[in-house]
Amino acid sequence: MDPIPLLQVKHLKKYFPVRKGIFSKRIGWVQAVEEISFHLHSGETLGLVGESGCGKTTVGRCILRLLEPDAGEIWFEGEDLLRMDAESLRKVRARLQIIFQDPYSSLNPRMTAGEIIAEPIRNHTRCSRKEIQDQVSFLMDKVGLHPEQAHRFPHEFSGGQRQRIGIARALALHPRLIICDEPVSALDVSIQAQVINLLVNLQEEMGLSYLFIAHDLSVVEHISDRVAVMYLGKIVELAKDTVLYSSPKHPYTEALLSAVPIPNPKMKKQRILLQGEIPSPINLPKGCRFYSRCSYRMDHCREVDPEFKDLGEGHWVACHLY
Amino acid sequence: MDSSKPQRSLIWIKFKRNRAALFGSFLILIYLAVALLAPVLFPGNPSAPNLMKSLERPSLKHPLGTDELGRSILGRILYGSRISLLIAIGVVCVGLLVGVPLGLISGYYGGKIDFVIQRVTDTLLAFPGFLLALALVAVLGVGLKNTIVSVGISMVPIYIRLVRGCTLGVREQTYVEAARAMGTRNGIILIRHILPNVLTPITIQTSLGMGTAILFAAGLGFLGIGVQPPTPEWGAMLGSGRAYLFNAPHVATFPGIAIFLAVLGFNLSGDGLRDILDPRFK
Amino acid sequence: MMEFHSLLSIRNLRTCFHTYEGVVTAVDGIDLEVYRGETLGVVGESGCGKSVTALSILRLLASPPAEIKGEILFEERDLLKMSVDEIREIRGNAISMIFQEPMTSLNPVLTIGEQISEAIRLHQGLTRQEAWAKAIEMLQMVQISSAEVRVNEYPHKLSGGMRQRAMIAMALSCHPRLLLADEPTTALDVTIQAQIVDLMERLKEEIHTSVLLITHNLGLIAEMARRVVVMYAGKVVEEALVEDLFSEPLHPYTQGLLGSIPWIGRKMETGRRQLQEIPGMVPSLLEMPEGCRFHPRCPRVMEVCKGEEPPLVQKEGRRILCWLWK
Repeated sequence: MDPIPLLQVKHLKKYFPVRKGIFSKRIGWVQAVEEISFHLHSGETLGLVGESGCGKTTVGRCILRLLEPDAGEIWFEGEDLLRMDAESLRKVRARLQIIFQDPYSSLNPRMTAGEIIAEPIRNHTRCSRKEIQDQVSFLMDKVGLHPEQAHRFPHEFSGGQRQRIGIARALALHPRLIICDEPVSALDVSIQAQVINLLVNLQEEMGLSYLFIAHDLSVVEHISDRVAVMYLGKIVELAKDTVLYSSPKHPYTEALLSAVPIPNPKMKKQRILLQGEIPSPINLPKGCRFYSRCSYRMDHCREVDPEFKDLGEGHWVACHLY
Repeated sequence: MDSSKPQRSLIWIKFKRNRAALFGSFLILIYLAVALLAPVLFPGNPSAPNLMKSLERPSLKHPLGTDELGRSILGRILYGSRISLLIAIGVVCVGLLVGVPLGLISGYYGGKIDFVIQRVTDTLLAFPGFLLALALVAVLGVGLKNTIVSVGISMVPIYIRLVRGCTLGVREQTYVEAARAMGTRNGIILIRHILPNVLTPITIQTSLGMGTAILFAAGLGFLGIGVQPPTPEWGAMLGSGRAYLFNAPHVATFPGIAIFLAVLGFNLSGDGLRDILDPRFK
Repeated sequence: MMEFHSLLSIRNLRTCFHTYEGVVTAVDGIDLEVYRGETLGVVGESGCGKSVTALSILRLLASPPAEIKGEILFEERDLLKMSVDEIREIRGNAISMIFQEPMTSLNPVLTIGEQISEAIRLHQGLTRQEAWAKAIEMLQMVQISSAEVRVNEYPHKLSGGMRQRAMIAMALSCHPRLLLADEPTTALDVTIQAQIVDLMERLKEEIHTSVLLITHNLGLIAEMARRVVVMYAGKVVEEALVEDLFSEPLHPYTQGLLGSIPWIGRKMETGRRQLQEIPGMVPSLLEMPEGCRFHPRCPRVMEVCKGEEPPLVQKEGRRILCWLWK
């Protein structure tokens, strides 16, 4: 393995206050992200998967410091992003990019495709108009759009094409790492495949690294080298994709995988049905977060929050069973 | 395939179907034409008195009659449209230039600066708008310039509120977050990403605001503390005509109708614009 | 093949909308058959007309701008010829519907119990108390814990999964013969989706209802449906038993669709990270291509596809709208 990972997240924490009443009194905290640590190597895709409200999107936003984390360290290319001043952070953002979920709200409706793609270039370099135009054409071509469409506005493109504009914008400054926040979940099935293929091809061509955040386990499995599963603000399991999907260790991962419908009517598999709903993340009790829904629960689990342990070969699990 | 065409023509189709908006813009067009062509339509000086002909009823020579100083009311109304247009544009400019930046800053940055701007706005909004304009005139003094400034300032809080509210909404859009993630500076985010996306409500408010401005300025003129004679100003004409309401009603009536039509035009167009551009308010 | 009796049969359904930009034909002459006791899956991408079909069946589209033509025979009666009162008697009673977004389809100012018991009282003529008791029973049936308490709660107090259960309870409260489920689990997390799928399958057994399952999720279709109808741009392009469709898709669109979805284990199986893609995008309803609507994206396009509408080919109990199988 490489000595220094491209991105290293250590003990990241982000709490949101819950306020209520006319004086906005704080009545508790939502532990959106609680003590998360992981790393990501250059050229690798790490999938971050979990159900709604598990904090996966918050992790992505914290790494870019679009949200300010409450504690922890985020090392990117040997520098701690959390100790940077605004100007150096602005410069780092050239090499650390993001693709958003919603191809409709992530593009300014009053700017043309060309202007949108050119924006990061204009922010970070002093190129002439001509140079910028050439780069925009190059990028549009790269993501499969016609450069002649540069003067069009976002509403004139379809969802998939808009997502391509977003990808071109993220690529504009040759980033090392792109955080993909549910990049295909708003798209139709056939368009989803196009965008996944585009991301895979770009990665091979440009040596990109992805942090791929999604709720769709099949998509995450498909694109990732390693996968981390989150539940209520914590990573409960992290392993190489083939290992995680063929022999999940954590009861939650197991249930999650068994819940995914398989497009093959001949494979009627046994579903593990979790009892109950995801508990509210406000003021969680001590002990394991999955306790209330777990089918293997023990008394010990209610009292002590399990540690995130390495079972060997980079397979990490937070469960008392191991 | 140019799909921007249907978008634009759709607005045009909606506009054509909206009779109120159509009528409103018709009134505004007439108003603008009159203001522009006043010297052509009425050669001569509308402010030159001719005491021999005071308070004449409408006739062929003076279609709307004459006032107490024997000046043609038609001429004064025609020239008055220029004054009221000047006031309306001036007032809206003051409102926009002061209100829009403050609203943007207040909404985008939030925190202490937002708190200060909002408390000042609250205080100003606690007075009825006209009263505020009245108080400002009392401080600044009478005259065209001061009328514009005081009515303008009385409208600033409305713009601040409006722009701040819209900014709060736009600020949460992913493209603003995307711009930050691209390393865009705050000032540029405000101008390039937020301002263009709050323009629609500002446009609507501006159209409605022109109507209000004409009304306020006329009110000040009516009370004799707005634009001063002999400048032909509709409010002042209305005010001086009040004394002859029983023996020469036309003196007060025609300026009143002029004010009514101009304000109606701007209000109808403003409402129509809102229906067409901003379907959420329907 | 087993003999099934037809419950719903749609003949040449055509639903169009009159818009500012012209007439948009969302559903263009489709035929569908739902048999008693079966689950028919309708699959397609956004804009293919699958939701409009469901809304047309219950005549839930405001008209104008919508215009529905053709025949929708439900138990031998044409729903499109019924009076407003007759169709109202059918809605929520013999045919009911579950929507994708349970928050917007429940009334926020009425409690769950009020909404369920209202439907029961309307169609079954029970007293208030009886209907209320029935509502609690229904909530228990969809496995909402402490139903006696939940029945008094407002929709916003429930989680997404619970709201969808409440929706199902309401839809099933009058033992409908046909349930229209329009993306019933799309807004839910997968563990909750698994619960809802399990619940729907169990209830289907219990009250012998037929289900028209509309979704874009092929996995869900594979798990729940007996037969599948694939829609593209307002037309039915393929119809087959679910096993046949997945093992041997005949229409190039179905083939492309199946090739473009990732599933767990696929990468290992095929050894590559690229998926098969369908080039291009779904055509706008305003600018339908001539001939076969899929021809600009079709990898096996022929000259005839560009000019003439493809024929409906019957083949071993399947239907395919394609020139290839002529």
